[in-house]
Amino acid sequence: MGNDARTPAAAASADFEEVQATQQFKELRKRHRSFVFPMALAFLLWYFAYVILAAYAVDFMSTKVWGNINVGLIMGLLQFVTTFGITGWYVSYSNRRLDPIAADIRHGIEGHEYDKSGSSTLGGGTK
Amino acid sequence: MITIPAAVDVAALKDTTLLNMGIFALFVAVTMVIVLRASRNNKTAADYYAAGRSFTGSQNGTAIAGDYLSAASFLGITGAIAINGYDGFMYSIGFLVAWLVALLLVAELLRNTGKYTMADVLSFRLRQRPVRIAAAISTLAVCFFYLLAQMAGAGSLISLLLGISDWGGQALVIIVVGALMIMYVLIGGMKGTTWVQIIKACLLIAGAAVMTLWVLAIYGFNLSSLLGGAAEAANNPAVLNPGLQYGKTETSKLDFMSLALALVLGTAALPHVLMRFYTVPTAKEARKSVVWSIWLIGLFYIFTLVLGYGAAALVGADTIKGAPGGVNSAAPLLAFHLGGPLLLGFISAVAFATILAVVAGLTITAAASFAHDIYANVIAKGKADAETEVKVARRTVIVIGVLAILGGIFANGQNVAFLVALAFAVAASANLPTIIYSLFWRRFTTQGAVWSMYGGLASAIILIALSPVVSGGATSMIKDANFAVFPLSNPGIVSIPLAFLLGWLGTVLDKRQEDPSKQAEMEVRSLTGVGAEKAVEH
Repeated sequence: MGNDARTPAAAASADFEEVQATQQFKELRKRHRSFVFPMALAFLLWYFAYVILAAYAVDFMSTKVWGNINVGLIMGLLQFVTTFGITGWYVSYSNRRLDPIAADIRHGIEGHEYDKSGSSTLGGGTK
Repeated sequence: MITIPAAVDVAALKDTTLLNMGIFALFVAVTMVIVLRASRNNKTAADYYAAGRSFTGSQNGTAIAGDYLSAASFLGITGAIAINGYDGFMYSIGFLVAWLVALLLVAELLRNTGKYTMADVLSFRLRQRPVRIAAAISTLAVCFFYLLAQMAGAGSLISLLLGISDWGGQALVIIVVGALMIMYVLIGGMKGTTWVQIIKACLLIAGAAVMTLWVLAIYGFNLSSLLGGAAEAANNPAVLNPGLQYGKTETSKLDFMSLALALVLGTAALPHVLMRFYTVPTAKEARKSVVWSIWLIGLFYIFTLVLGYGAAALVGADTIKGAPGGVNSAAPLLAFHLGGPLLLGFISAVAFATILAVVAGLTITAAASFAHDIYANVIAKGKADAETEVKVARRTVIVIGVLAILGGIFANGQNVAFLVALAFAVAASANLPTIIYSLFWRRFTTQGAVWSMYGGLASAIILIALSPVVSGGATSMIKDANFAVFPLSNPGIVSIPLAFLLGWLGTVLDKRQEDPSKQAEMEVRSLTGVGAEKAVEH
């Protein structure tokens, strides 16, 4: 034990099951998952739709749109655009909706709000 | 305004050898000085593996981009686009979109729960010993495959620059590259290699940007006429359409799906990328580094599209295939065509540096995994002091260096991007299911983790061994034998779902329950960053 130098004593003595059961933490988890799961599903579906089209709908992907630029190239470049877009969206969502509540819970734990009362099993560290 | 491409005289490249070597030597000298300076206060294990968690998000993001934009991206993808047209572009897209998996599902949560290695996270709430050993073994396997690719790239590059086409000469070059990399890692640790990555990433992106603008300028900044030039030079309009490489048969289409799956799921499971999330002080900085690297990597992959088609149009697929180094020589040949020996020297030195730096990053990951997971936690049962652990890590570096040199000599001549895709498949199969399950599935157990990791690792490696990559084809590693009973050259489409299935099956069949308080601790830590927010003071 105690082999994680970064664990402040307060965090080591916290009752994490108690924290996990709080409404505040459940809200944080809900906010996190309700963003990342649908988003992950969406970009994976879009990526695989693109890959399947490239493999099995060659004629469609080869349709010229402008000069030598075809549908396949445009869809490929759109993958770049959506990747950048989702990245930006996630960052703004985290900053607004996740970080403040996470910081609040963290301060609660570090402020000994969730100490295990009279428990001797200190330092349930990361290992 | 379209200029008729002057024929690139490959033989003339030899005359520039001295210049190339001079630029390369200068780079090595400069970075070595930086590594020496950076390593002055490498005292603790956190210093050696995690650079004292002292890097900012943007510095670390640049280093991640440096780690990720390996020889595979620069030499491999450019070559693949130059020869196979649109199908080569798929690598770029897969390699980039994959970052969203890392950003959304893995990076911050991992940063908050781990310490130095992937195994720290995976064994957090499961039984230490079996999970840690499995995670360390898969880390070593992925690093080994990735190293093969980098060493093969080094072989290609040198054979082009020095005109060395005999086996012994290329082997000697691979030995020199390997020896240099061992020095970087031994002296610099994570801090030194991170600085090398940062410098190299900037040079690589700048070099690619210059070449991209140059190519575009030749075609009047009109992408359409560049594409037209490529189609004309190839005498085949199909280079602009998907399917040139993978569209031939139903099997090859399936192979394409398999590759796409491995690319998109592999990144978030690459141990040397995961380890980079630990070199920053907070989860917020980890997020920043991923965002920064997504922008840099995306930008670079847009360049590769222009460079690949530019090489096809200006150098020509036949010249590239015929040059020593084959498909991997497209980017250097394009540099020579555009800027003559000076640009070739610069680009080759950058490509070299890329290989050197990536190899160093991989080596330190593998060494950390062995020293921290297997030695300190399993052999010494957590009783080893940090000093001994670092000593073991340094010795492991030498062993891995030697293995990489031997493997690189063997893999010489394969397309680098393709070899890296195999490493991605192994990573996605062996690591990703367990990472995702242990972060998001409360019931997940040790048995599930062990089944998934060993099952994914074994199925990926066995399928590669039985694929046309190893035997039975014209470009196989072993040409004279044929035991290729598995028709696809990338195993991902079978091994990745299998590993997810095994993780689920192992868990539901496991009679033992894991400690719910550990699960609670991991979940709270991963989402709030408690206990991990503060960096060690130095």
